[in-house]
Amino acid sequence: MTPGPEAMLDDELNAYIDGQLDGVHRAAFEARIAVDPVLARAVAAYTKQNMAFHAVFDPVLREPVPAALRRRPRLRRREMLRLAAAAAVFLAIGIGVGWRIGHGDTASSLSLAGWPERAAIAHTTFAADLRHPVEVAAPEEDHLVAWLSKRLGAPIKAPVLTGAGFQLMGGRLLPDAATPAAQFMYQDHAGRRVTLYVRIDRQPQPAAFRWAEAGKVVVCYWIDGGFGYALAGEMSRAVLMSVAHLVHQQIPG
Amino acid sequence: MDDRDRQIVELIPRLRRYARALTRNADQADDLVQDCLERAWGRLHLWRRGSNMRAWLFTIMHHVHINTRRRSQGRPDRDSMPDWEVAAGVQPIQEQISEFRGIIAALHRLPEEQKTILLLIGLEGLTYREAAEVLGVPIGTVMSRLARGRERLRQMTEEGGSLAVKMSS
Repeated sequence: MTPGPEAMLDDELNAYIDGQLDGVHRAAFEARIAVDPVLARAVAAYTKQNMAFHAVFDPVLREPVPAALRRRPRLRRREMLRLAAAAAVFLAIGIGVGWRIGHGDTASSLSLAGWPERAAIAHTTFAADLRHPVEVAAPEEDHLVAWLSKRLGAPIKAPVLTGAGFQLMGGRLLPDAATPAAQFMYQDHAGRRVTLYVRIDRQPQPAAFRWAEAGKVVVCYWIDGGFGYALAGEMSRAVLMSVAHLVHQQIPG
Repeated sequence: MDDRDRQIVELIPRLRRYARALTRNADQADDLVQDCLERAWGRLHLWRRGSNMRAWLFTIMHHVHINTRRRSQGRPDRDSMPDWEVAAGVQPIQEQISEFRGIIAALHRLPEEQKTILLLIGLEGLTYREAAEVLGVPIGTVMSRLARGRERLRQMTEEGGSLAVKMSS
């Protein structure tokens, strides 16, 4: 059985939803969405399905893993004690971090306050701009990514966020510290915008998701693989979390 | 712990999320994860270094899930947890709650093979190739089940169904 044109459209539509179309095909498909309301409705509906899955089930990722699951069966007693000790330390760190974030402890946020705040300011400045939100627009994504990678001195790319309903609009270069930072901007069908701020951060230890708020702008930030990431938007933490998760999945390493 | 153990432990939250989505019951889900991990650790010598640990673990979980379902057929349905209790910690925007709840409820009325593929790809972010490996079916089957499942789910959740992109049956 040979697939007809409709089956091919299905395949392309789904590959688009799942971020499995490359830049050229994605741009062509987005051009079709723009002129085909029937297709646009399908994209919106499928995107919403994925958002529902993440909104309902992502909280499981943040639950503490029951000790029984973390243990390799039939461990020797000494190994079990060591694991229990490690779990206790882990728990203590978790409680400590949770408490500080919960109480807005200034000592812990001082060291990180600088760049997430810059990300929030950059979001406020450019996401509100109707005519010039980005410096280089999405159709020139290859050029944008090559340019930003060169200026940051490390290869970066624009994550695909269609799984959460956000399309890449483009990006720009921003002043940061010793090296500049990159900002990618995305928009959903309702016109909501999120920005992803990417900077060089050579901390040896990755840092888990943290939250900051500046006015209406909510920022989710973390450090991983030599980069600091800050995702900013005027939306609930739940929505931002599902987007942050998509970004994190696409980070190499 | 060697590198393989560490890889497994890092994937436990993902396995728990997938299991919770499959079963909608926290206890049942963790039973599933535990069975899966016991098998994985028991067969770790069969895992080829450098191959995809995530796909391997999801494959094991898929088999455990199928066997569990087979065994429990005829017993009363334990999928009794109200959808939204699962997400007590999320607090999404109010108007989205009922819509999301409707989508999850409808998802569980889909044929098992479509539900599985929608979750593996839409929730767990597996590539089509990985999903094909996990389910032991060709990529073409993955894609047609995905297309049918998404459109069916949409018809179930959108009022008056959908005229939409016509889907090949």
